[in-house]
Amino acid sequence: MGRSIITRLFTSLFVVLGSLILVFCILYLLPSDPVLMMIDPSSATPETIANLRHQLGLDRPFYIQFASYFNNIIHGDFGNSMMNSEPVLPKILKHFPATLMLTIASSIIAVIVGVLLGVLSAIHRNRWIDIVARIVGLFGISMPTFWTGILLILLFSIQLHWLPVMGSDGFKTLVLPAITLGIVGAGFIVRMVRNSMLEVIHEQFIVTLRSKGLSERAIMYQHALRNALIPAITMMGVLIGEMLAGAVVIETVFSRQGIGRIIADAIMAKDLPVVQGVVFFSAIIYIIVNLIVDISYTYIDPRVRRAH
Amino acid sequence: MKEVISSEVAWQGRRLRFPTSLFQKRLAVSELLVVVAALVVAFIILCAIVPGWIAPYLPTEMLTDQLLQAPSAAHLFGTDYFGRDIFSVVVYGSRDSLFIGFASVIIGGLVGGLIGVISGYIGGIVDTILMRLIDVLMTIPGILLALAIAASLGPSLFNIVLAVAVSAIPGYARVMRGQMISIKSRPFIMASRSIGSSNIQILWKHVLPNSVSPLLVMATLGIGSSILMGSGLSFLGLGLIKEVPDWGTLLSQGRGYLTVAWWICTFPGLAITIFVIAVNIIGDQVRDVLDPKKRTA
Repeated sequence: MGRSIITRLFTSLFVVLGSLILVFCILYLLPSDPVLMMIDPSSATPETIANLRHQLGLDRPFYIQFASYFNNIIHGDFGNSMMNSEPVLPKILKHFPATLMLTIASSIIAVIVGVLLGVLSAIHRNRWIDIVARIVGLFGISMPTFWTGILLILLFSIQLHWLPVMGSDGFKTLVLPAITLGIVGAGFIVRMVRNSMLEVIHEQFIVTLRSKGLSERAIMYQHALRNALIPAITMMGVLIGEMLAGAVVIETVFSRQGIGRIIADAIMAKDLPVVQGVVFFSAIIYIIVNLIVDISYTYIDPRVRRAH
Repeated sequence: MKEVISSEVAWQGRRLRFPTSLFQKRLAVSELLVVVAALVVAFIILCAIVPGWIAPYLPTEMLTDQLLQAPSAAHLFGTDYFGRDIFSVVVYGSRDSLFIGFASVIIGGLVGGLIGVISGYIGGIVDTILMRLIDVLMTIPGILLALAIAASLGPSLFNIVLAVAVSAIPGYARVMRGQMISIKSRPFIMASRSIGSSNIQILWKHVLPNSVSPLLVMATLGIGSSILMGSGLSFLGLGLIKEVPDWGTLLSQGRGYLTVAWWICTFPGLAITIFVIAVNIIGDQVRDVLDPKKRTA
């Protein structure tokens, strides 16, 4: 048990390193030249360009550039923004809480709505609740988040004046973005819980429990549900990552000051160190979340525990 | 014992609530839904191929005397601040939006599938290396990876396709690898090997035909998510600014006019949603048909 966690930790470290190389490569091997973006190529002499390139260390070979980038990252230095020389990591950390709040709030909505509807729809298959759940599932995974967000703004902010259109302070500004992102998550969870619940209901041990004379309620909520939720929990890691990524679009729609907004602005301004920093930072969060999910999974499912 | 019987009866009573005729009726409804979805998809594909047949105006035509008109019989989806007929722009915009969806699924599916085939069929060190690479690719959530790629390649339609395709590769690779591993150990593969078939023959004639169905299901459902991701990227401004905007770009252009003209944002979004819902309904159906476990259930 302990050994499996340690192995898992090592694998995660390896994956962190891998994603660092990947992020470095994506933004370094591709055609855009950061120097030509920083200065106006028409007014600068080739000499100034060469000087700046040397100053930034861009004339050194690839592996040396990577080594120094790696060294900086280990020391918590994600580089500086090309726009205003602001250090990247403090900037990310300053804006991360807003994104974290959004991710947590929307995950809570997604899990409550998704699990509840998923379970009820599997138990009452083909009744009205099942139809509602299937519609929620289908719309949830099919509506573009930016559109859902805009529709909610149109209805609740512009028509009804209930909630503010944008901003990132206070509970009221969190409601619409969290619902928007929550709908997507709920869609995925409903479909998954419903499917795994339907699969579990047809398994032999449910028949055994029935022939033992257990009440239908006890069978469903104590035995079937516990088994059906296991794949749903595995999905949670992936889903939280997607929520974090979904925040990029949502924060633009609602003008929230989170890390999603930072990366969207950085992309427009071609500010590569900031893009690199945010992508790598999210990869780390994603890896940590999945690690936690994996470890908790072994506690929840006795079969996995036995296997180690 | 008495308890067992009563619960058995109750259980049977529960089953009796679904008489066969009702069940067949439900089946008919779900099949009807698939037919409607297929018609919707066919219509939107027709829009993309021959927009001139369907759109009443050219997407670039500016009716300067009819700016920001609300939806009416003359302008089904209203007009925008240039006096463009939104319905026509949406019809013409379907071309780029669908291109992003289909092209990225084809590229991502082929590359991912190939990686999965190589990894699963060869196994060993090749498998280990490829799968660790896929693991790494998976640590970056799809849209962020796509954003990073699209951002460094610069705004263009094909770069969006590439970005969406790359972010879809890990899923396909994993599914295909799993299929390879499970099928290559089946008895009929051993039988084929024992009568002297070569590796390539076995792969081509026996393993591949038996393993493509999950890939097909994934690809069908993937068209929807690719269109969502692609339109998200162009919504964020990574598409090329062109005369005829795709759905995501049109939506982001309309954002500034939300308080005065709700229709500019609403209809391109509706087009995306309707198309993706239709594709997903078909995808669910394809999965149910191809999945033998579902068939018996």
